[in-house]
Amino acid sequence: MPVMNIKKFSFTYPGVDHPSLKSITLPIKKNKITALIGPSGCGKSTLLRSMNRIHDLYPGNKYDGKIELLDLDTGKYQNILEIKKENEFIELRQKVGMIFQKPTPFPMSIFDNVAYGLKIAGIKNKSELKDRVENALKGSALWKEVHDRLDKSAMGLSGGQQQRLCIARAVAVKPEVLLFDEPTSALDPISTGAIEELIVELKKDVSIAIVTHNMQQASRISDYTAFMYLGDLIEYDKTENIFLNPKEKQTEDYITGRFG
Amino acid sequence: MRLLINKIFLGLSILSAGIGLAFLAWILITLFMKGLSSFHFSLFLNDLIEGGLRNLIIGQLILAALASLIGIPLGMTAGIYIQEYGQGKYASLIRDLSDIMMSAPSIVIGAFVYAIIVVPTGGTSGWAGAIALAIMMIPVVINTTDSMLSLVPRELREAGIALGASKYKVIIDIVIKAAKVGIMTGILLAFARIIGETAPLLFTSETSNYFSLNLNESFPSLTVSIYDLANEPEESSRDLAWAASFILTVIVLIINLTGRFITRNKK
Repeated sequence: MPVMNIKKFSFTYPGVDHPSLKSITLPIKKNKITALIGPSGCGKSTLLRSMNRIHDLYPGNKYDGKIELLDLDTGKYQNILEIKKENEFIELRQKVGMIFQKPTPFPMSIFDNVAYGLKIAGIKNKSELKDRVENALKGSALWKEVHDRLDKSAMGLSGGQQQRLCIARAVAVKPEVLLFDEPTSALDPISTGAIEELIVELKKDVSIAIVTHNMQQASRISDYTAFMYLGDLIEYDKTENIFLNPKEKQTEDYITGRFG
Repeated sequence: MRLLINKIFLGLSILSAGIGLAFLAWILITLFMKGLSSFHFSLFLNDLIEGGLRNLIIGQLILAALASLIGIPLGMTAGIYIQEYGQGKYASLIRDLSDIMMSAPSIVIGAFVYAIIVVPTGGTSGWAGAIALAIMMIPVVINTTDSMLSLVPRELREAGIALGASKYKVIIDIVIKAAKVGIMTGILLAFARIIGETAPLLFTSETSNYFSLNLNESFPSLTVSIYDLANEPEESSRDLAWAASFILTVIVLIINLTGRFITRNKK
Protein backbone atom coordinates (compact mmCIF):
# COMPACT_ATOMS: atom_id res chain seq x y z
CA MET A 1 0.00 0.00 0.00
CA PRO A 2 1.66 3.26 -1.08
CA VAL A 3 1.87 5.96 1.54
CA MET A 4 1.49 8.52 -1.20
CA ASN A 5 -0.26 8.29 -4.53
CA ILE A 6 0.45 10.92 -7.12
CA LYS A 7 -2.27 10.77 -9.74
CA LYS A 8 -2.24 12.63 -13.05
CA PHE A 9 -0.53 15.51 -11.32
CA SER A 10 0.28 18.60 -13.35
CA PHE A 11 1.97 21.73 -12.11
CA THR A 12 2.41 25.14 -13.69
CA TYR A 13 4.52 27.96 -12.26
CA PRO A 14 3.02 31.46 -12.31
CA GLY A 15 3.65 33.46 -15.46
CA VAL A 16 4.59 30.38 -17.49
CA ASP A 17 2.17 29.02 -20.06
CA HIS A 18 3.43 25.45 -20.31
CA PRO A 19 3.27 23.07 -17.34
CA SER A 20 6.48 22.05 -15.58
CA LEU A 21 4.96 18.69 -14.69
CA LYS A 22 2.64 16.88 -17.07
CA SER A 23 0.19 14.38 -15.68
CA ILE A 24 2.57 12.50 -13.40
CA THR A 25 1.32 9.25 -11.85
CA LEU A 26 3.64 7.73 -9.28
CA PRO A 27 3.36 5.85 -5.97
CA ILE A 28 5.62 6.46 -2.97
CA LYS A 29 5.72 3.05 -1.33
CA LYS A 30 5.66 2.51 2.38
CA ASN A 31 9.04 2.03 4.08
CA LYS A 32 10.82 2.17 0.76
CA ILE A 33 13.15 4.71 -0.78
CA THR A 34 11.97 6.19 -4.06
CA ALA A 35 14.58 8.10 -6.03
CA LEU A 36 13.62 10.81 -8.51
CA ILE A 37 16.30 11.22 -11.17
CA GLY A 38 16.63 13.14 -14.40
CA PRO A 39 18.55 16.04 -15.94
CA SER A 40 18.24 19.58 -14.61
CA GLY A 41 14.87 21.14 -15.36
CA CYS A 42 13.10 17.78 -15.64
CA GLY A 43 10.75 18.71 -12.79
CA LYS A 44 11.97 16.29 -10.11
CA SER A 45 12.43 19.00 -7.48
CA THR A 46 9.14 20.60 -8.47
CA LEU A 47 7.43 17.27 -7.89
CA LEU A 48 9.13 16.75 -4.53
CA ARG A 49 8.23 20.26 -3.41
CA SER A 50 4.59 19.58 -4.25
CA MET A 51 4.45 16.64 -1.87
CA ASN A 52 4.47 18.91 1.19
CA ARG A 53 3.13 21.91 -0.72
CA ILE A 54 6.10 24.05 0.22
CA HIS A 55 5.48 25.67 -3.19
CA ASP A 56 2.54 27.44 -1.61
CA LEU A 57 4.94 29.90 0.02
CA TYR A 58 5.01 31.53 -3.38
CA PRO A 59 1.56 32.31 -4.74
CA GLY A 60 0.20 31.76 -8.21
CA ASN A 61 1.05 28.10 -8.89
CA LYS A 62 -1.51 26.00 -10.71
CA TYR A 63 -2.18 22.38 -9.79
CA ASP A 64 -4.14 19.67 -11.46
CA GLY A 65 -4.74 16.03 -10.54
CA LYS A 66 -4.28 14.55 -7.10
CA ILE A 67 -1.62 13.86 -4.51
CA GLU A 68 -3.06 11.48 -1.96
CA LEU A 69 -1.46 10.96 1.42
CA LEU A 70 -2.29 7.89 3.50
CA ASP A 71 -3.32 8.51 7.07
CA LEU A 72 -1.56 5.67 8.89
CA ASP A 73 -4.05 5.76 11.76
CA THR A 74 -7.29 5.63 9.80
CA GLY A 75 -6.01 3.95 6.62
CA LYS A 76 -7.72 6.61 4.52
CA TYR A 77 -6.24 8.77 1.77
CA GLN A 78 -6.46 12.54 1.78
CA ASN A 79 -5.87 14.66 -1.32
CA ILE A 80 -3.32 17.17 -0.05
CA LEU A 81 -3.97 19.52 -2.98
CA GLU A 82 -7.31 20.35 -1.39
CA ILE A 83 -5.74 21.65 1.80
CA LYS A 84 -6.57 25.27 2.45
CA LYS A 85 -6.61 25.83 6.20
CA GLU A 86 -3.53 26.80 8.19
CA ASN A 87 -3.94 23.98 10.74
CA GLU A 88 -4.25 21.40 7.96
CA PHE A 89 -1.00 22.67 6.45
CA ILE A 90 0.71 22.32 9.82
CA GLU A 91 -0.59 18.76 10.06
CA LEU A 92 0.55 17.97 6.51
CA ARG A 93 4.05 19.25 7.16
CA GLN A 94 4.31 17.25 10.33
CA LYS A 95 3.41 14.14 8.36
CA VAL A 96 5.66 14.98 5.42
CA GLY A 97 9.08 16.31 6.44
CA MET A 98 11.70 17.84 4.17
CA ILE A 99 15.50 17.99 4.04
CA PHE A 100 17.09 20.57 1.78
CA GLN A 101 20.14 20.62 -0.42
CA LYS A 102 22.06 23.03 1.77
CA PRO A 103 21.94 22.27 5.49
CA THR A 104 19.52 24.69 7.13
CA PRO A 105 20.31 24.78 10.84
CA PHE A 106 18.31 27.48 12.62
CA PRO A 107 20.33 30.15 14.44
CA MET A 108 19.72 28.61 17.86
CA SER A 109 21.12 25.82 20.04
CA ILE A 110 21.38 22.21 18.87
CA PHE A 111 18.68 21.22 21.34
CA ASP A 112 16.31 24.00 20.27
CA ASN A 113 16.82 23.07 16.62
CA VAL A 114 15.60 19.54 17.16
CA ALA A 115 12.89 20.65 19.58
CA TYR A 116 11.56 23.28 17.18
CA GLY A 117 9.08 21.10 15.31
CA LEU A 118 8.04 19.38 18.54
CA LYS A 119 7.20 22.68 20.18
CA ILE A 120 5.15 23.68 17.15
CA ALA A 121 3.33 20.35 17.44
CA GLY A 122 2.35 21.51 20.92
CA ILE A 123 4.68 19.41 23.08
CA LYS A 124 5.53 21.49 26.13
CA ASN A 125 6.49 18.89 28.72
CA LYS A 126 10.23 19.37 29.34
CA SER A 127 11.13 15.74 29.98
CA GLU A 128 9.19 14.58 26.96
CA LEU A 129 10.98 17.17 24.82
CA LYS A 130 14.31 15.99 26.19
CA ASP A 131 13.53 12.36 25.41
CA ARG A 132 12.29 13.07 21.91
CA VAL A 133 15.31 15.25 21.11
CA GLU A 134 17.68 12.60 22.41
CA ASN A 135 15.97 9.85 20.43
CA ALA A 136 15.95 11.92 17.26
CA LEU A 137 19.65 12.70 17.62
CA LYS A 138 20.43 9.03 18.30
CA GLY A 139 18.33 8.06 15.29
CA SER A 140 20.36 10.46 13.17
CA ALA A 141 23.72 9.17 14.39
CA LEU A 142 24.57 12.54 15.85
CA TRP A 143 24.05 11.94 19.56
CA LYS A 144 27.61 10.79 20.30
CA GLU A 145 29.08 13.87 18.68
CA VAL A 146 26.82 16.48 20.28
CA HIS A 147 25.43 15.07 23.55
CA ASP A 148 27.79 17.21 25.65
CA ARG A 149 27.08 20.45 23.80
CA LEU A 150 23.35 20.48 23.18
CA ASP A 151 23.11 24.07 24.38
CA LYS A 152 25.76 25.27 21.93
CA SER A 153 24.82 26.98 18.67
CA ALA A 154 24.06 24.66 15.79
CA MET A 155 25.96 26.99 13.49
CA GLY A 156 29.22 25.66 14.91
CA LEU A 157 28.68 22.15 13.53
CA SER A 158 30.34 20.92 10.35
CA GLY A 159 28.31 20.75 7.13
CA GLY A 160 27.71 17.02 7.44
CA GLN A 161 26.73 17.33 11.09
CA GLN A 162 24.39 20.20 10.25
CA GLN A 163 22.69 18.06 7.63
CA ARG A 164 22.26 15.19 10.13
CA LEU A 165 20.89 17.73 12.60
CA CYS A 166 18.31 18.77 9.99
CA ILE A 167 17.40 15.11 9.56
CA ALA A 168 17.09 14.74 13.35
CA ARG A 169 14.88 17.82 13.40
CA ALA A 170 12.63 16.34 10.73
CA VAL A 171 12.59 12.87 12.31
CA ALA A 172 11.75 14.23 15.77
CA VAL A 173 8.13 14.97 14.84
CA LYS A 174 7.72 11.35 13.63
CA PRO A 175 6.69 12.01 10.04
CA GLU A 176 5.24 9.38 7.72
CA VAL A 177 7.20 10.58 4.72
CA LEU A 178 10.55 12.32 4.42
CA LEU A 179 11.43 14.28 1.30
CA PHE A 180 15.12 14.73 0.53
CA ASP A 181 16.01 17.40 -2.02
CA GLU A 182 19.57 16.54 -3.13
CA PRO A 183 20.63 16.21 0.51
CA THR A 184 24.30 15.43 -0.13
CA SER A 185 25.19 17.63 -3.10
CA ALA A 186 26.76 20.24 -0.78
CA LEU A 187 28.74 17.68 1.23
CA ASP A 188 32.10 15.90 1.02
CA PRO A 189 32.23 12.15 0.22
CA ILE A 190 32.61 11.02 3.85
CA SER A 191 29.64 13.06 5.06
CA THR A 192 27.72 11.87 2.01
CA GLY A 193 28.39 8.25 3.00
CA ALA A 194 27.14 8.92 6.53
CA ILE A 195 23.95 10.54 5.26
CA GLU A 196 23.30 7.72 2.80
CA GLU A 197 23.67 5.12 5.55
CA LEU A 198 21.33 7.14 7.68
CA ILE A 199 18.69 7.40 4.96
CA VAL A 200 18.74 3.62 4.48
CA GLU A 201 18.47 3.18 8.25
CA LEU A 202 15.51 5.57 8.41
CA LYS A 203 13.30 3.63 6.03
CA LYS A 204 12.43 1.26 8.88
CA ASP A 205 10.28 4.05 10.25
CA VAL A 206 9.43 6.35 7.37
CA SER A 207 8.81 6.28 3.66
CA ILE A 208 11.33 8.27 1.67
CA ALA A 209 11.42 10.20 -1.59
CA ILE A 210 14.78 11.55 -2.66
CA VAL A 211 15.77 13.81 -5.52
CA THR A 212 19.32 13.22 -6.60
CA HIS A 213 21.64 14.25 -9.40
CA ASN A 214 23.94 11.43 -8.48
CA MET A 215 22.95 8.23 -10.25
CA GLN A 216 25.31 6.10 -8.18
CA GLN A 217 23.55 7.40 -5.12
CA ALA A 218 20.16 6.47 -6.53
CA SER A 219 21.37 2.97 -7.37
CA ARG A 220 23.08 2.53 -3.98
CA ILE A 221 20.22 3.48 -1.70
CA SER A 222 16.88 3.46 -3.45
CA ASP A 223 14.37 0.64 -3.87
CA TYR A 224 12.40 2.32 -6.64
CA THR A 225 13.51 4.87 -9.18
CA ALA A 226 11.52 7.30 -11.28
CA PHE A 227 13.24 8.81 -14.31
CA MET A 228 11.83 12.14 -15.38
CA TYR A 229 12.52 14.25 -18.43
CA LEU A 230 11.12 17.66 -19.41
CA GLY A 231 8.16 17.39 -17.04
CA ASP A 232 7.21 13.86 -17.99
CA LEU A 233 7.65 10.69 -16.00
CA ILE A 234 9.46 8.50 -18.52
CA GLU A 235 9.90 5.36 -16.49
CA TYR A 236 9.23 4.10 -12.98
CA ASP A 237 10.34 0.71 -11.76
CA LYS A 238 12.40 -1.15 -9.19
CA THR A 239 15.81 0.49 -9.05
CA GLU A 240 17.66 -2.58 -10.32
CA ASN A 241 15.41 -2.75 -13.37
CA ILE A 242 15.92 0.92 -14.16
CA PHE A 243 19.67 0.62 -13.96
CA LEU A 244 20.21 -2.85 -15.38
CA ASN A 245 17.31 -3.28 -17.71
CA PRO A 246 15.58 -0.01 -18.63
CA LYS A 247 12.60 -0.31 -20.92
CA GLU A 248 12.78 3.16 -22.41
CA LYS A 249 15.58 4.33 -24.66
CA GLN A 250 15.70 7.77 -22.95
CA THR A 251 16.23 6.16 -19.58
CA GLU A 252 19.04 4.05 -20.93
CA ASP A 253 20.68 7.06 -22.59
CA TYR A 254 20.52 9.02 -19.35
CA ILE A 255 21.83 6.36 -16.99
CA THR A 256 24.64 5.45 -19.36
CA GLY A 257 25.63 9.11 -19.44
CA ARG A 258 24.81 9.82 -23.05
CA PHE A 259 22.98 13.00 -22.03
CA GLY A 260 22.00 14.85 -18.89
CA MET B 1 50.97 53.28 -23.34
CA ARG B 2 48.40 51.27 -21.46
CA LEU B 3 50.85 50.89 -18.60
CA LEU B 4 51.33 54.64 -18.52
CA ILE B 5 47.59 55.31 -18.33
CA ASN B 6 47.38 52.71 -15.62
CA LYS B 7 50.06 54.49 -13.62
CA ILE B 8 48.51 57.92 -14.10
CA PHE B 9 45.14 56.63 -13.00
CA LEU B 10 46.62 54.91 -9.94
CA GLY B 11 48.49 58.10 -9.07
CA LEU B 12 45.33 60.21 -9.34
CA SER B 13 43.39 57.75 -7.17
CA ILE B 14 46.04 57.79 -4.48
CA LEU B 15 46.22 61.57 -4.63
CA SER B 16 42.47 62.09 -4.19
CA ALA B 17 42.27 59.48 -1.45
CA GLY B 18 45.17 61.26 0.24
CA ILE B 19 43.42 64.65 0.02
CA GLY B 20 40.26 63.19 1.56
CA LEU B 21 42.15 61.54 4.37
CA ALA B 22 44.24 64.64 5.01
CA PHE B 23 41.11 66.71 5.59
CA LEU B 24 39.68 64.08 7.90
CA ALA B 25 42.92 63.98 9.88
CA TRP B 26 42.98 67.78 9.99
CA ILE B 27 39.44 67.90 11.37
CA LEU B 28 40.16 65.27 13.98
CA ILE B 29 43.46 66.82 15.04
CA THR B 30 41.95 70.31 15.39
CA LEU B 31 39.01 68.87 17.28
CA PHE B 32 41.16 66.87 19.64
CA MET B 33 43.64 69.68 20.28
CA LYS B 34 41.05 72.40 20.83
CA GLY B 35 38.65 70.04 22.57
CA LEU B 36 41.21 68.52 24.89
CA SER B 37 42.65 71.89 25.89
CA SER B 38 39.23 73.04 27.13
CA PHE B 39 38.21 69.61 28.40
CA HIS B 40 37.91 69.13 32.09
CA PHE B 41 36.27 66.38 34.07
CA SER B 42 34.08 68.92 35.92
CA LEU B 43 32.22 69.43 32.61
CA PHE B 44 30.42 66.19 33.40
CA LEU B 45 29.37 67.39 36.85
CA ASN B 46 27.99 70.84 36.12
CA ASP B 47 25.11 72.01 33.98
CA LEU B 48 25.50 74.59 31.25
CA ILE B 49 24.29 77.37 33.52
CA GLU B 50 27.25 76.58 35.78
CA GLY B 51 29.66 76.34 32.84
CA GLY B 52 29.42 72.56 32.42
CA LEU B 53 27.85 70.18 29.92
CA ARG B 54 26.14 67.59 32.15
CA ASN B 55 22.55 68.54 31.35
CA LEU B 56 23.32 68.75 27.62
CA ILE B 57 24.95 65.31 27.39
CA ILE B 58 22.14 63.65 29.37
CA GLY B 59 19.51 65.58 27.37
CA GLN B 60 21.01 64.56 24.03
CA LEU B 61 21.17 60.92 25.10
CA ILE B 62 17.55 61.02 26.26
CA LEU B 63 16.38 62.58 22.99
CA ALA B 64 18.24 59.97 20.94
CA ALA B 65 17.06 57.11 23.14
CA LEU B 66 13.46 58.27 22.93
CA ALA B 67 13.76 58.64 19.16
CA SER B 68 15.06 55.06 19.02
CA LEU B 69 12.16 53.87 21.12
CA ILE B 70 9.80 55.33 18.52
CA GLY B 71 11.91 54.75 15.41
CA ILE B 72 13.23 51.21 15.89
CA PRO B 73 9.89 49.37 16.29
CA LEU B 74 8.27 51.36 13.47
CA GLY B 75 11.25 50.98 11.15
CA MET B 76 11.71 47.31 11.89
CA THR B 77 8.08 46.38 11.37
CA ALA B 78 8.01 48.33 8.12
CA GLY B 79 11.22 46.61 7.01
CA ILE B 80 9.79 43.21 7.88
CA TYR B 81 6.63 44.04 5.97
CA ILE B 82 8.52 45.05 2.84
CA GLN B 83 10.80 42.03 2.81
CA GLU B 84 8.55 39.26 4.13
CA TYR B 85 4.96 40.19 3.33
CA GLY B 86 4.92 42.98 0.79
CA GLN B 87 4.48 42.02 -2.81
CA GLY B 88 4.83 44.03 -5.93
CA LYS B 89 3.74 47.64 -6.01
CA TYR B 90 3.04 48.39 -2.34
CA ALA B 91 6.31 47.11 -1.03
CA SER B 92 8.40 48.82 -3.67
CA LEU B 93 6.47 52.06 -3.13
CA ILE B 94 7.30 51.99 0.57
CA ARG B 95 10.89 51.07 -0.21
CA ASP B 96 11.21 54.02 -2.62
CA LEU B 97 9.56 56.44 -0.22
CA SER B 98 11.86 55.32 2.54
CA ASP B 99 14.89 55.81 0.29
CA ILE B 100 13.70 59.31 -0.55
CA MET B 101 13.13 60.06 3.13
CA MET B 102 16.63 58.90 3.90
CA SER B 103 18.06 61.60 1.68
CA ALA B 104 15.67 64.31 2.90
CA PRO B 105 17.66 67.26 4.29
CA SER B 106 17.52 67.17 8.07
CA ILE B 107 16.58 70.83 8.33
CA VAL B 108 13.46 70.07 6.29
CA ILE B 109 12.48 67.40 8.76
CA GLY B 110 13.06 69.89 11.57
CA ALA B 111 10.83 72.42 9.82
CA PHE B 112 8.17 69.77 9.22
CA VAL B 113 8.02 68.78 12.89
CA TYR B 114 8.00 72.47 13.79
CA ALA B 115 4.91 72.93 11.64
CA ILE B 116 3.01 69.86 12.81
CA ILE B 117 3.96 69.73 16.50
CA VAL B 118 5.69 72.85 17.79
CA VAL B 119 3.19 75.30 16.31
CA PRO B 120 0.02 73.45 17.43
CA THR B 121 1.38 72.70 20.90
CA GLY B 122 2.51 76.26 21.35
CA GLY B 123 6.21 75.76 21.96
CA THR B 124 9.37 73.76 21.55
CA SER B 125 9.55 70.55 23.53
CA GLY B 126 11.61 67.44 24.11
CA TRP B 127 8.86 65.40 22.47
CA ALA B 128 9.07 67.41 19.26
CA GLY B 129 12.84 66.93 19.19
CA ALA B 130 12.60 63.19 19.78
CA ILE B 131 9.98 62.82 17.05
CA ALA B 132 12.11 64.77 14.59
CA LEU B 133 15.05 62.46 15.34
CA ALA B 134 12.77 59.42 15.07
CA ILE B 135 11.71 60.56 11.58
CA MET B 136 15.39 60.76 10.67
CA MET B 137 15.94 57.28 12.02
CA ILE B 138 12.96 55.36 10.60
CA PRO B 139 14.10 55.17 6.95
CA VAL B 140 17.56 54.04 8.00
CA VAL B 141 16.09 51.26 10.15
CA ILE B 142 13.66 50.26 7.37
CA ASN B 143 16.52 50.06 4.91
CA THR B 144 18.77 48.04 7.24
CA THR B 145 16.03 45.61 8.25
CA ASP B 146 14.94 45.17 4.65
CA SER B 147 18.40 44.48 3.31
CA MET B 148 19.54 42.29 6.21
CA LEU B 149 16.42 40.13 5.96
CA SER B 150 16.98 39.81 2.24
CA LEU B 151 20.33 38.15 2.99
CA VAL B 152 18.67 35.33 4.95
CA PRO B 153 18.61 32.35 2.59
CA ARG B 154 15.24 31.30 1.24
CA GLU B 155 15.91 27.71 2.32
CA LEU B 156 15.94 28.74 5.98
CA ARG B 157 12.41 30.10 5.70
CA GLU B 158 11.33 27.00 3.80
CA ALA B 159 12.89 24.74 6.44
CA GLY B 160 10.80 26.46 9.10
CA ILE B 161 7.63 26.18 7.04
CA ALA B 162 8.46 22.53 6.27
CA LEU B 163 8.40 21.82 10.02
CA GLY B 164 4.86 23.12 10.23
CA ALA B 165 5.64 26.60 11.54
CA SER B 166 3.40 29.41 10.39
CA LYS B 167 4.90 32.29 8.50
CA TYR B 168 4.93 34.77 11.35
CA LYS B 169 6.60 32.20 13.62
CA VAL B 170 9.27 31.53 11.06
CA ILE B 171 9.93 35.26 10.79
CA ILE B 172 10.10 35.82 14.54
CA ASP B 173 11.91 32.62 15.57
CA ILE B 174 14.25 32.10 12.67
CA VAL B 175 14.58 34.86 10.10
CA ILE B 176 15.02 37.77 12.51
CA LYS B 177 17.42 35.73 14.62
CA ALA B 178 19.49 34.94 11.57
CA ALA B 179 19.62 38.63 10.62
CA LYS B 180 20.00 39.87 14.20
CA VAL B 181 23.62 40.98 14.07
CA GLY B 182 23.20 42.92 10.85
CA ILE B 183 20.05 44.63 12.04
CA MET B 184 21.63 45.51 15.38
CA THR B 185 24.66 47.00 13.66
CA GLY B 186 22.45 49.03 11.36
CA ILE B 187 20.41 50.33 14.26
CA LEU B 188 23.55 51.27 16.14
CA LEU B 189 24.83 53.22 13.14
CA ALA B 190 21.45 54.92 12.80
CA PHE B 191 21.65 55.82 16.48
CA ALA B 192 25.17 57.20 15.99
CA ARG B 193 23.84 59.29 13.17
CA ILE B 194 20.88 60.86 14.96
CA ILE B 195 22.78 61.54 18.17
CA GLY B 196 24.97 64.00 16.30
CA GLU B 197 22.14 65.82 14.49
CA THR B 198 21.57 69.53 15.04
CA ALA B 199 19.20 70.67 12.35
CA PRO B 200 16.16 68.55 13.32
CA LEU B 201 16.45 69.82 16.92
CA LEU B 202 17.07 73.47 16.15
CA PHE B 203 13.39 74.47 16.09
CA THR B 204 11.91 71.46 17.83
CA SER B 205 13.54 70.75 21.18
CA GLU B 206 15.78 73.80 21.09
CA THR B 207 18.05 73.57 24.09
CA SER B 208 18.14 74.56 27.71
CA ASN B 209 20.77 75.80 30.14
CA TYR B 210 19.27 73.79 32.95
CA PHE B 211 18.95 70.17 33.78
CA SER B 212 15.50 68.91 32.77
CA LEU B 213 13.59 65.69 32.41
CA ASN B 214 10.38 67.44 31.42
CA LEU B 215 9.77 66.57 27.78
CA ASN B 216 6.97 69.13 27.49
CA GLU B 217 9.35 72.07 27.51
CA SER B 218 12.53 73.08 25.70
CA PHE B 219 14.99 70.28 26.27
CA PRO B 220 18.75 70.43 26.78
CA SER B 221 20.59 69.38 23.61
CA LEU B 222 24.34 69.12 23.18
CA THR B 223 24.32 69.77 19.44
CA VAL B 224 22.03 72.80 19.54
CA SER B 225 24.07 74.23 22.39
CA ILE B 226 27.28 73.75 20.41
CA TYR B 227 25.67 75.81 17.66
CA ASP B 228 24.62 78.50 20.16
CA LEU B 229 27.91 78.55 22.03
CA ALA B 230 29.95 78.81 18.87
CA ASN B 231 28.01 81.97 18.01
CA GLU B 232 28.77 83.63 21.34
CA PRO B 233 31.36 86.39 21.39
CA GLU B 234 33.18 85.19 24.54
CA GLU B 235 36.25 83.04 24.22
CA SER B 236 35.09 80.84 27.12
CA SER B 237 31.83 79.93 25.33
CA ARG B 238 33.68 78.93 22.21
CA ASP B 239 36.09 76.83 24.25
CA LEU B 240 33.09 75.09 25.79
CA ALA B 241 31.72 74.46 22.29
CA TRP B 242 35.03 72.81 21.34
CA ALA B 243 34.91 70.61 24.44
CA ALA B 244 31.30 69.68 23.65
CA SER B 245 32.19 68.85 20.04
CA PHE B 246 35.04 66.69 21.29
CA ILE B 247 32.76 64.77 23.67
CA LEU B 248 30.11 64.32 20.96
CA THR B 249 32.69 63.01 18.52
CA VAL B 250 33.99 60.54 21.07
CA ILE B 251 30.43 59.30 21.77
CA VAL B 252 29.71 58.84 18.05
CA LEU B 253 33.08 57.18 17.53
CA ILE B 254 32.47 54.71 20.35
CA ILE B 255 29.02 53.77 18.98
CA ASN B 256 30.42 53.36 15.48
CA LEU B 257 33.30 51.21 16.66
CA THR B 258 30.93 49.07 18.74
CA GLY B 259 28.85 48.51 15.60
CA ARG B 260 31.92 47.46 13.64
CA PHE B 261 33.15 45.29 16.48
CA ILE B 262 29.84 43.38 16.60
CA THR B 263 29.94 42.73 12.86
CA ARG B 264 33.56 41.64 12.89
CA ASN B 265 33.03 39.30 15.85
CA LYS B 266 30.20 37.66 13.98
CA LYS B 267 32.48 36.89 11.07
